[in-house]
Amino acid sequence: MGELANQIVQGVLVGGLYAMYAMGLSLSVGVMRFVNIAHGDLIVLFSFLILALIHATGIGALPATLMTLPIAFVGGYFLQRFLLQRVLGQGVLPIILVTFGLSIIIQNGLLGTFGADTRRVSGGGFETATLRIGGGINIGVLPLTIFIVAILMVLALDWLLYRTRLGARIRAVSDDPATANLVGLPSARVYATAMGIVGVTIAISAGFMSIWTNFDPTAGPSRLLIAFEAVVLGGLGSLWGTLVGGIILGVAQALGAQIDVSWQLLAGHIVFLVIFLARPEGLFPKY
Amino acid sequence: MQHPNRLWIVYLARAALFAAAVVMAVAPMLLATRDIAILTEFLSLLTIAIMWNLLAGYADIVSVGQHAFVGVGAYALFGFAAIAHVDPYLAIPLSALVALVVALPVMVIIFRLRTAYLAVGSWVVAETIMLAAGKLSAFGGGSGISLPVSVVRGFGSRVTERYATIYWIAFAVAALALVATWLLMRSRIGLGLTAMRDNEEGAGVVGVNLIGLRVLCFLWTAPFLGLAGAVITLQKLRVSPPASFSIIDWTVYVIFIVVIGGIGSFEGPIIGTVVFFLIREYLSEIGVWHFIILGVLSIAVVLIEPRGLWGLVRRLLPADVIPISRRRRVRR
Repeated sequence: MGELANQIVQGVLVGGLYAMYAMGLSLSVGVMRFVNIAHGDLIVLFSFLILALIHATGIGALPATLMTLPIAFVGGYFLQRFLLQRVLGQGVLPIILVTFGLSIIIQNGLLGTFGADTRRVSGGGFETATLRIGGGINIGVLPLTIFIVAILMVLALDWLLYRTRLGARIRAVSDDPATANLVGLPSARVYATAMGIVGVTIAISAGFMSIWTNFDPTAGPSRLLIAFEAVVLGGLGSLWGTLVGGIILGVAQALGAQIDVSWQLLAGHIVFLVIFLARPEGLFPKY
Repeated sequence: MQHPNRLWIVYLARAALFAAAVVMAVAPMLLATRDIAILTEFLSLLTIAIMWNLLAGYADIVSVGQHAFVGVGAYALFGFAAIAHVDPYLAIPLSALVALVVALPVMVIIFRLRTAYLAVGSWVVAETIMLAAGKLSAFGGGSGISLPVSVVRGFGSRVTERYATIYWIAFAVAALALVATWLLMRSRIGLGLTAMRDNEEGAGVVGVNLIGLRVLCFLWTAPFLGLAGAVITLQKLRVSPPASFSIIDWTVYVIFIVVIGGIGSFEGPIIGTVVFFLIREYLSEIGVWHFIILGVLSIAVVLIEPRGLWGLVRRLLPADVIPISRRRRVRR
């Protein structure tokens, strides 16, 4: 019993990381109405960037991640402004094809630069510390931190989208780009800013992912699938829903892993498909 | 007609295409075993590319999970031929049938997603099917299993003979895929598909049954992908989840082929497959860079000429090389 409860708690905490992967995707799906196929690869790209920064300068994982945040914002901004914006509004095919091409370029660029080895970033002992709460439940300090940061990210993004001027602009452009242009909103710049914010969420999740899990240049697609499942489960556009979606997937995988390690991934996908068939609009649909 | 003087190029291209088909029909008598193996791969990839083009280029089903059906065909062939001991020649059409049956529930799932989400949704389904295939212990579980020698010998006792037999099967599958899809595109249904490609809303307004066409196209592609999977298994003599359900081989390459060749045209996948094999033959030693070149090339195509290489060529020509639209002369 204690063991099962422990597994569920661990699953919930993993869900925090999954929700982190998914938050940027949720934002790009909600605002720009497209699914970025390269989303997972961008997370892995930033994990490698953090790894390279640490190797080059000897700084810790946290300052390295913080250093990548502005790079991620600018990168997201320019990616949207000069590549994605050019194919936005021409139907879904061009945007899928462009992000798909980008995904393959990133994966193979990383393979060529860093090799196929599995990597991990050291958190300086932080990742192995645990809190014992009795009842056979141990909570790792790192997973707990990630979970709390994920909640803070939902709060921050919610505040940004619904309480700030920038958020109002983003929502206006997302609802109706043509009318937003008519009233004088620079929709291309607003989209680019939104993608910059997506970039920041990518860099934050890359920082935590690089300490907690192993990664290699081809790890992107599995992150994309998890993020996509969390977004769809939660309901498109709902950030709290995305968090719940991530938790459901984390718990499903943790319970699946109880049967057999190879059931871990399969259990996550099956739970996703079952819930999706029952509620295609997701658990907390916003639109 | 804008360029009546260039019509001879179209006739020449048709003659070249016909000559290529004739040469390919008798290729095993002309070429060495290694070249036959490459041509067999060419035909399998061509079959898959024609099917992806039908979905993404016409029916607006941008799937990133079609490798699932190639894998299902591969596993079905192994199941019928090696486990159920069905005649191996009968096992091939049966694998098409299995792919069609699997396509029904897959369709129920992914058609609930709007187009932008369908891409990743189909990928999730493909991943699930692949992981589930790894659970089948009779098929070697996660590490896969080789075709028994008795099944392999059913296609010829000598290696050269077997290569030729498998080549002709691949040729028959590709020819069937090409001709059947061509006939489909020339029918009323094809007219609706072309309308859908050009303007989906408009097509719906003039009475094209959009959902019906999507269902038809999706179910049309599954058995052909299953056949391709069966042929690939005969060639590789082995099934395993990562190889039989390879997203790189049966989806990534195929998307590059169709996009670079020219999406939404009948000639595009053919040109794309030829270009892809040339790139692969001459650039494979540069490793990861050939992927990067393909990726950059495909993004450039989307930005500059969304109709691909064939779109560039077609601008100069007065007619399609493979005509799918019927022209009616207007009397004045």
